Amino acid sequence: MKALSIRNLTKTYGNGFTALHGIDLEVEDGDFFALLGPNGAGKSTAIGIICSLINLSAGTVRVFGHDLVRHSEKVKQCIGMVPQEINFNQFETVQNIVLNQAGYYGIAYKEALVRAEKCLKQMHLWDQRHTVSRRLSGGMKRRVMIARALVHNPRLLILDEPTAGVDIEIRRSMWQLMREVNEQGTTIILTTHYLEEAESLCRNIAIIDKGTIIKHSKMSDLLAQIKVNHFILDLADRLAQPPVVEGYDIVQLDSQTLQVGISGEKGFNQLFLELTRQGISVTSMKNKSNRLESLFLDLVGG
Amino acid sequence: MRYRIALLTIVTKEVRRFMRIWPQTMLPPAITTALYFLIFGTLMGQRIGDISGASYMDYIVPGIILMSVISHSYANVVSSFYSTKFQRHIEELLVSPVPNWVILAGYVSGGVCRGLLVGTVVIGISLLFTTIPVNHLGLSCLVFLLTAILFALAGFINAVFADSFDDISIIPNFILTPLTYLGGVFYSVDMLPELWQKISLANPILYIVNSFRYGLIGVTDIDITVALTMIISFIVALIIFSLYLLKKGVGIKQ
Repeated sequence: MKALSIRNLTKTYGNGFTALHGIDLEVEDGDFFALLGPNGAGKSTAIGIICSLINLSAGTVRVFGHDLVRHSEKVKQCIGMVPQEINFNQFETVQNIVLNQAGYYGIAYKEALVRAEKCLKQMHLWDQRHTVSRRLSGGMKRRVMIARALVHNPRLLILDEPTAGVDIEIRRSMWQLMREVNEQGTTIILTTHYLEEAESLCRNIAIIDKGTIIKHSKMSDLLAQIKVNHFILDLADRLAQPPVVEGYDIVQLDSQTLQVGISGEKGFNQLFLELTRQGISVTSMKNKSNRLESLFLDLVGG
Repeated sequence: MRYRIALLTIVTKEVRRFMRIWPQTMLPPAITTALYFLIFGTLMGQRIGDISGASYMDYIVPGIILMSVISHSYANVVSSFYSTKFQRHIEELLVSPVPNWVILAGYVSGGVCRGLLVGTVVIGISLLFTTIPVNHLGLSCLVFLLTAILFALAGFINAVFADSFDDISIIPNFILTPLTYLGGVFYSVDMLPELWQKISLANPILYIVNSFRYGLIGVTDIDITVALTMIISFIVALIIFSLYLLKKGVGIKQ
């Protein structure tokens, strides 16, 4: 069964702006799925509709076989939502935020206490359970929203830019938490601007632009489309002009730095042999940019 | 069972909210009404004399009690639901499988709890100044409760349409307060010129105050059956309108 199946989903706002132009999207049960797109592409509108925060104009949304319009309560039981912006009561304690959400899902108080403890411990927030939420750091607030979204054991967890604005250490720890949740069987849909995050976590991907899905495939298939990777080489000695190596696109960035375009079939060996032969010593090498980022920019015309 | 838990969660959250800020919610009405009773009842009342056979103090007690119920049941829902929208934690409810009627019942119950609690405090204050003869206990309790429900519903609708904090103060300041003061709290409509008596009949608060006054001291300017029918009709109309707004997502969904 598909965790999510969207057909011909259209959204036109009251001011006449059409944010989604009849998109189709499918997410398998158990998947870790990335939904990417530039700002204003329609990601948040699509997620808002799936989570019942925005009314759809046309089309169908089915979550684990339940139709969003006809069986909205069953759909809502299946979904946990972590929004982009903080949207809990900042005057409530951490534990009460999670307990209230459990109550909205009809979970009895005794059971809710047990589940809240489990979720808060999983998100490393148990020690802060009596803290009023406005006193928490940004990273902790985001983890509160994940704990809140998990308290009713959703089958589908939707994360709308969950790591936006948090430092790299917290981001990495949140990646680990998301992986654990997915490994426990929860399907995850992730939107993010950190393409490294999507590449690292997700198995399938859709790219949306101007309200239309322009790519929908496996992450590995998408990355395989990348024909040329660019690398930055730092050199031991200064060069007057860039070396010429047949089959490689080499640009000199400054006297001790080269940018080299390497196609998949060429590899590195021939390049380094030729550079060594020309007496050029390479001290370090790094990717010019994230691979998915290059592809994303190609697709959305950035 | 699931809906009952969701309803209890909303009501508990609401009650906890206004109890947490009790110096703002419970204390001011106690002080204000004590001043009303002192100035209008004790000092001026002796010079005004009796109205419809009741002392002026006894005459104004029912209206002052209901004034506090009206303003606090309204204020609780309008401020709480608007804050819920403003801080976006309305989304917690919208993503959850909570039916619209549970959301409405939860917030209205919160307003009713505060209205009745403040009303009870005011009754306690009034007992320091006079004894309240209760002629029809059942009717008094019914009007007490219906008033809180009616104005909690009105507060909910105000909050649904509100786009700013100004919007939640305009109606209480410019509509509700004048209607309350002109609703026969401090005087009998029989004391007004004939034209103003007719205009006063369009004020729903007049019916509420007179019903409650009749329940307590047995004095009214209005037919009680007509008054109760009007109050219940208003409540039914506001419930239907509120549920319509929630179904359409007015003010809360795009």
